[in-house]
Amino acid sequence: MLLQQLINGLTLGSVYALIALGYTMVYGIIELINFAHGEIYMLGAYMGIVTFGLLSTLHLISPDSVVALLLMMVVAMLFCGACGVTMERVAYRPLRGASRLSPLISALGVSIFLQNFVMLAQGPRDKGFPNLFAGGGIDLPGARISAIQIFIMATSVMMMIGLQLLVHRTKIGKAMRATAQDMQMACMVGINVDRVISVTFLVGSILAGVAGILVGMYYGLINFFIGYIAGIKAFTAAVLGGIGKIQGAMLGGLLLGLIESLGAGYISSEYKDVFAFAILIVVLIFRPSGLLGEDISKRV
Amino acid sequence: MTTPARSVALIRRPLSRIVLASLWFGLLSLPLMMESQAPFFGLRRPLLVSAGVAVIGVLRLAVSRRAGSGAGGVQRALGATGRAVHHLVGQIDRRLLYAVGLAAAALIPLGLNRYHIDILTQVGIYVTLALGLNIVVGLAGLLDLGYVAFYAVGAYAYGLLSTRVGLSFWEVLPLGALLAALFGVLLGIPVLRLRGDYLAIVTLGFGEMIRITLNNWDSVTRGPNGILGIARPKILGFTISTPIQYYYLILALVLLTVFVVERLNRSRIGRAWTAMRDDDVAAEAMGINLVKTKLLAFGLGATWAGSAGVFFASKMTFISPESFTFFESVIILCMVVLGGMGSVPGVILGAATLVILPEIMRQFALYRMLIFGGAMVVMMVMRPQGLVGSPRRKVALGPKDRPRPTAVS
Repeated sequence: MLLQQLINGLTLGSVYALIALGYTMVYGIIELINFAHGEIYMLGAYMGIVTFGLLSTLHLISPDSVVALLLMMVVAMLFCGACGVTMERVAYRPLRGASRLSPLISALGVSIFLQNFVMLAQGPRDKGFPNLFAGGGIDLPGARISAIQIFIMATSVMMMIGLQLLVHRTKIGKAMRATAQDMQMACMVGINVDRVISVTFLVGSILAGVAGILVGMYYGLINFFIGYIAGIKAFTAAVLGGIGKIQGAMLGGLLLGLIESLGAGYISSEYKDVFAFAILIVVLIFRPSGLLGEDISKRV
Repeated sequence: MTTPARSVALIRRPLSRIVLASLWFGLLSLPLMMESQAPFFGLRRPLLVSAGVAVIGVLRLAVSRRAGSGAGGVQRALGATGRAVHHLVGQIDRRLLYAVGLAAAALIPLGLNRYHIDILTQVGIYVTLALGLNIVVGLAGLLDLGYVAFYAVGAYAYGLLSTRVGLSFWEVLPLGALLAALFGVLLGIPVLRLRGDYLAIVTLGFGEMIRITLNNWDSVTRGPNGILGIARPKILGFTISTPIQYYYLILALVLLTVFVVERLNRSRIGRAWTAMRDDDVAAEAMGINLVKTKLLAFGLGATWAGSAGVFFASKMTFISPESFTFFESVIILCMVVLGGMGSVPGVILGAATLVILPEIMRQFALYRMLIFGGAMVVMMVMRPQGLVGSPRRKVALGPKDRPRPTAVS
């Protein structure tokens, strides 16, 4: 029982972490809570269904193959990346330098818009997601890791390693870190800040798109509203770990997943969201900038 | 004076941008809108999107050409209008403005039908809520995303006390307000040390916790079924039941709110809030007790949500957790920001706009929320400081040079 809950929690947590990374990266650079990030994740899930549907209609390749899976992921990544960049260009860039609440409202507007767009284009009902991992898995004493769970965890870890390499080993990663530290200074040393922000949105949205596919396969059902709750959870995870910190988002995501699944398993499944928020509040009382966030002293 | 070649160049660049933008959005909408069964994969709808984007682009170009040179023409034109309105509002005596507004609010509903009066009553509820949130967000600069929780506290206070204990509307109104204020202070205590966005997520979580509890605590709140048969308010033995009577009741509540908020705004507390919002360190150095000031802001802001909640429960005679979702908090926040943070007439205008706009768009039925979301983005991009900016609000929320978390480590 405990082992099973831990496995479920880690699976859920790694998905939260993937979404939380997008929040935290965007926040780290332009200090915006991108409320529309959850919708990008929802779009990713829909892209999976659309690609799968297209593949099966056209009879190009067998829709159950690994190629189909990879294609779904690639399409979702491309589409979500494009959406993220477009969103920044249309709704946030004109508001740079405005009061901090204006881009927030704009983000909420984008979120409402995307939700309703998908509802109109794809219909309000739940859609079944193709399960490419039927059966399979590893039996452990008293627990079972299904193939899809292994796939989710492995993909998340790979994405996170990739992100770490991007941020720490490449030139654009260096530019991102510089911009996050001090945007004006970065501008002065010749970094194209607009491009860095676009890339940040691109990377964050790609991660969210992948998360959408993973969750779609895990639960088997998606609708236009899934982005809302996932967005709130991921944002909670980002804050729990210390917003703006990449490792913080990973830690926060995993912790949140574990808390939720243990809370649901041992106490009450109806109140699992309450536990997540209650733990967040308790953590923030003792560590106001999250688990890994640095305690910034006030500058006068 | 422009030579033909130059004017062609002036036209060509924006035009090519419009073409590119319309193609891009068509491409983006393609995967979501196509249907593998429809003829030509249902390419018609993405093409419509492309055409729509192109039309908007051309319109924008035309307007910006007329209003002045450059792409910022629209913004500038709107900015000038806003400034003019603001100037006009500043010129007129506040009391005169309110007197005219009050006369209009009191007389206009007499000529309207039930449906329109109901909408106006809704405007009243939201004005009360938005003015309360304005204390927290606009004046004190504390971003609260769970404000609807206090509204729920007020509504459930009346719902439960009226059906279980049998207390009357007038007994619960102060009680509900007080209870909401208590919850506000309760929320305020743990978040005293938090700043900006950490505060946002904690308040959001608080709002969700209240809603989930209401939804699951079946023995008391009857869960998702809600509470039925809540008593209507009585005045001197006369029961308030028709829309117009409710309208005048909410009008009285709005008047009280406007009066108190205006007085608070000009009081020592109001100045302390503004000082704290603009620079909390400097405010503390000037002898402002930050703990007391913050808790007062949370408490006094929540009070209005509580009384609006009591009124809402008495109007609907039925409440369920569905009325108190995060979306509701978002809408109230939008009213505050859209109208212009910190400005009382602005917030009233914002609340009225966001209630009436979706009603007008009812004829578009399905597309209503789509347009609403798009309109929120457009309004923010065009006029980030809100429809009516506050005269005292010169400094943006969260000064630019504050220490930022060192990110992406």
